[in-house]
Amino acid sequence: MRLRLVPETTNWNFFGRPTLWLGISVVMIVMALVSFGVRGLNYGIDFQGGTTIRTESAQPVEVGAYRDALAALELGDVVISEVYDPNFGPEQNVAMVRIQAQEGAEAVRQSTIDSALTALQAVAPDLKFVSVESVGPKVSGELIQTAVIAVALAIGTVLIYIWLRFEWQFALGAVIALVHDVVLTIGIFSEVGIRFDLTIIAALLTIVGYSLNDTVVVFDRVRENLIKYKSKDLKEVLNLSINETLSRTFMTSFTTLIALIALFVLGGDVIRGFVFAMIWGVVVGTYSSIFVASIILLKLGVKRDWTTPPGQQGNQFGNIDA
Amino acid sequence: MLQIDSWKRVLIWSTLVVGIAFAAPNLFYGRVEGHNDAVKAIEAGADTSENREAASAWPSWLPSGLVNLGLDLRGGAHLLAEVQVSDVYAARMESLWPEVRDVLRDERATVGTIRLQDGPPDELRVRISEPGGMERAIELVRGLSTPVVSLTGQGTRDIEVFGDGSDLVVTLSEAERQAIDERTLQQTLEIVRRRIDEVGTREPTIQRQGGDRVLIQVPGLGSAQELKDLIGTTAQLTFQPVISRTGSANDNPGVGNEVVPSLDEEGVFYILEQAPVVTGEELVDARPDFDQNGRPAVSFRFNPSGGRKFGDYTAANIGSPFAIVLDNEVISAPVIQSHISGGSGIITGNFTVEESTNLAVLLRAGALPAGLDFLEERTIGPELGQDSIDAGKIATMVAFAAVLVFMVLSYGLFGVFANIALILNIGLMFGFLSSFGATLTLPGIAGIVLTVGMAVDANVLVFERIREELKTARGPARAIELGYEKALSAIVDANITTFITAVILYVMGAGPVRGFAVTLGVGILTSVFTAIFVTRLLIVMWFERRRPKTIEV
Repeated sequence: MRLRLVPETTNWNFFGRPTLWLGISVVMIVMALVSFGVRGLNYGIDFQGGTTIRTESAQPVEVGAYRDALAALELGDVVISEVYDPNFGPEQNVAMVRIQAQEGAEAVRQSTIDSALTALQAVAPDLKFVSVESVGPKVSGELIQTAVIAVALAIGTVLIYIWLRFEWQFALGAVIALVHDVVLTIGIFSEVGIRFDLTIIAALLTIVGYSLNDTVVVFDRVRENLIKYKSKDLKEVLNLSINETLSRTFMTSFTTLIALIALFVLGGDVIRGFVFAMIWGVVVGTYSSIFVASIILLKLGVKRDWTTPPGQQGNQFGNIDA
Repeated sequence: MLQIDSWKRVLIWSTLVVGIAFAAPNLFYGRVEGHNDAVKAIEAGADTSENREAASAWPSWLPSGLVNLGLDLRGGAHLLAEVQVSDVYAARMESLWPEVRDVLRDERATVGTIRLQDGPPDELRVRISEPGGMERAIELVRGLSTPVVSLTGQGTRDIEVFGDGSDLVVTLSEAERQAIDERTLQQTLEIVRRRIDEVGTREPTIQRQGGDRVLIQVPGLGSAQELKDLIGTTAQLTFQPVISRTGSANDNPGVGNEVVPSLDEEGVFYILEQAPVVTGEELVDARPDFDQNGRPAVSFRFNPSGGRKFGDYTAANIGSPFAIVLDNEVISAPVIQSHISGGSGIITGNFTVEESTNLAVLLRAGALPAGLDFLEERTIGPELGQDSIDAGKIATMVAFAAVLVFMVLSYGLFGVFANIALILNIGLMFGFLSSFGATLTLPGIAGIVLTVGMAVDANVLVFERIREELKTARGPARAIELGYEKALSAIVDANITTFITAVILYVMGAGPVRGFAVTLGVGILTSVFTAIFVTRLLIVMWFERRRPKTIEV
């Protein structure tokens, strides 16, 4: 007996309430945008400039004491947070210290780091700096710009690719689904307050890739069925195609999620935000390829006779082998 | 029917064998790394028995390429520096002044007296007392220009000369600026590389980024500060004429001169002519040495043009002091005793032996042509890297095992085939990454895990298709064939779109993001290969042997 995530044959009606699904998506997008507008993102130093220091000590982290120790150095805005991870040993107490970009300096001065270390060692004598990363404000501005360009470029290129391989309606549907996924991901980052840094951009672009992957598989089947069932209603063809590919959609999303969840739990805290973004992306990407991309395609409509090769149009004997 | 030509089978198997052979060294990382280092050391001349032993720990006929571990996994220091190319413009203008002065001095009758004016550092401003002679002056100074030698600047001159009221203004042409930028960057890269090589660290990355930036990554260094010290921010050596000595830094040195502190005498300052006679760029050799009193010193030799300038200057200025300036401090200011011909000399100062050795190394490696501004610094401790590797390993194995089990539960025997392909896929990926010497970063590990998850997609597409075809097609062989045929377009389209994003990530990204893009891109290529060739071959081989009447997918 085989394990089945969905029944062998399904005949679910995905387009019973297209307006409802689109409505849900629109509400979520608005929520994401509002959250982004009101709360903004918790930019890491990659995008904001400044310094992050990862400390480690055998004693438990005392955020208050750390803060008091650093306050004397007058470094401006200092954020201290303790890091928890199930993989840490009992002697491993980790905190992240973030110091804002210092006036007039591109990158942080060594003297600043040294004095911070001395100050913190007064609280926890065995404390060490496991990593120190410092980004000047000049670079961080450029990084934001490059990141936005990268995401836009990726979306633009796949738009062209799908347009070449399918029809413009498909391309538009896929890209709207894509933008939907990216916006929702940024929304969840803003809502949860996960640190948004350069690796998150990589995650965003992977979501772009994954979501498309999913959409393209569905669309590929739609194209095939449009040729096969020439007289069927577009809505029925779409519904049939989604039902036919549903089993595959769930299988792939599921194996990818298994792998990502393993990484989320066991992969350590350094990449947790990154993996979280991808997990969210897989879930949203799967949803959007059905409920956003396909519904957009349904609303736009597709001309039906575009894939019939000219030579195969019926002759006097009819098209009996079709 | 299901058929694959024998030559295709051979090709598929040999691809796999080669891929796995290239991946194999990574299973013995420490041993192979020791072997590679030892081989390098023996080639460099360190033919010790220790090195020989380390070299023999890995057979030399096997591939020995390894996946480089990125800084986030191995620990080390990362710097992004901006080269202050405008420093070079200013230096260029300074060195032009004596030539302009000399050429105008000969025409005093038409241009009158000449005086250097203060101005922006990248232009030379000279006031002449006879405005009527401006045209002649411009013509004369233009005569000093030379054609720009570069790909883009053909046919243009290196300087532009024009009159501004009673001032004669000299600036660098746009083509010359570009040529200078190019030269400065290349020189900086070369010097940084030489200085880091002197320390003999493993696999440093020294890359140019964009127009005026240099990225430096050195694994195993304790901090970015160490790396900065190693590179040295300027280490500019010049020999400048001394005007006078003074006790205050605030003296007005006069136009064209500068105040420079003494290195070892507190409160002593020298007023020097800004334009150097010779610079460290014309130095060909520097060695630790001892002066006639047996005190540590550094002896040096100039190239022919530097030697000539040095000789001419010392011949004309016997009895005047002459300052040796390093990094804007006067190391010593000996009085010229005699004409020094032959282009060699000795720098004396209050050095210890160690200091003179360091200075010699610094001078030999050459001076950085321009200052560096550090825009980004990262230090990653080796413990953090090890923690990340361990966590990544465990996560990958768990993810892998879970996916394998899930595939067997879902597709039975076909799931086993897919799993064999998946394992081979990981082998191929590592083979690819090692043969390119690609760098594995933490997000790169995430890329691999994601590939494990997604790699089954192509197989799933095919298997689901076979299931569908089994309902209608005539016999299992036909169903398998149709399954592959019909799934192909979806597989190709779906993977090309993901591949496009991987390429964009690679082009636009930097550092760890690039590492992620590489593993993602390579993973897509290998997973498509294993899914449409390897799994299919396995199924066909099984089918030929068993000839089942019915199959269950």
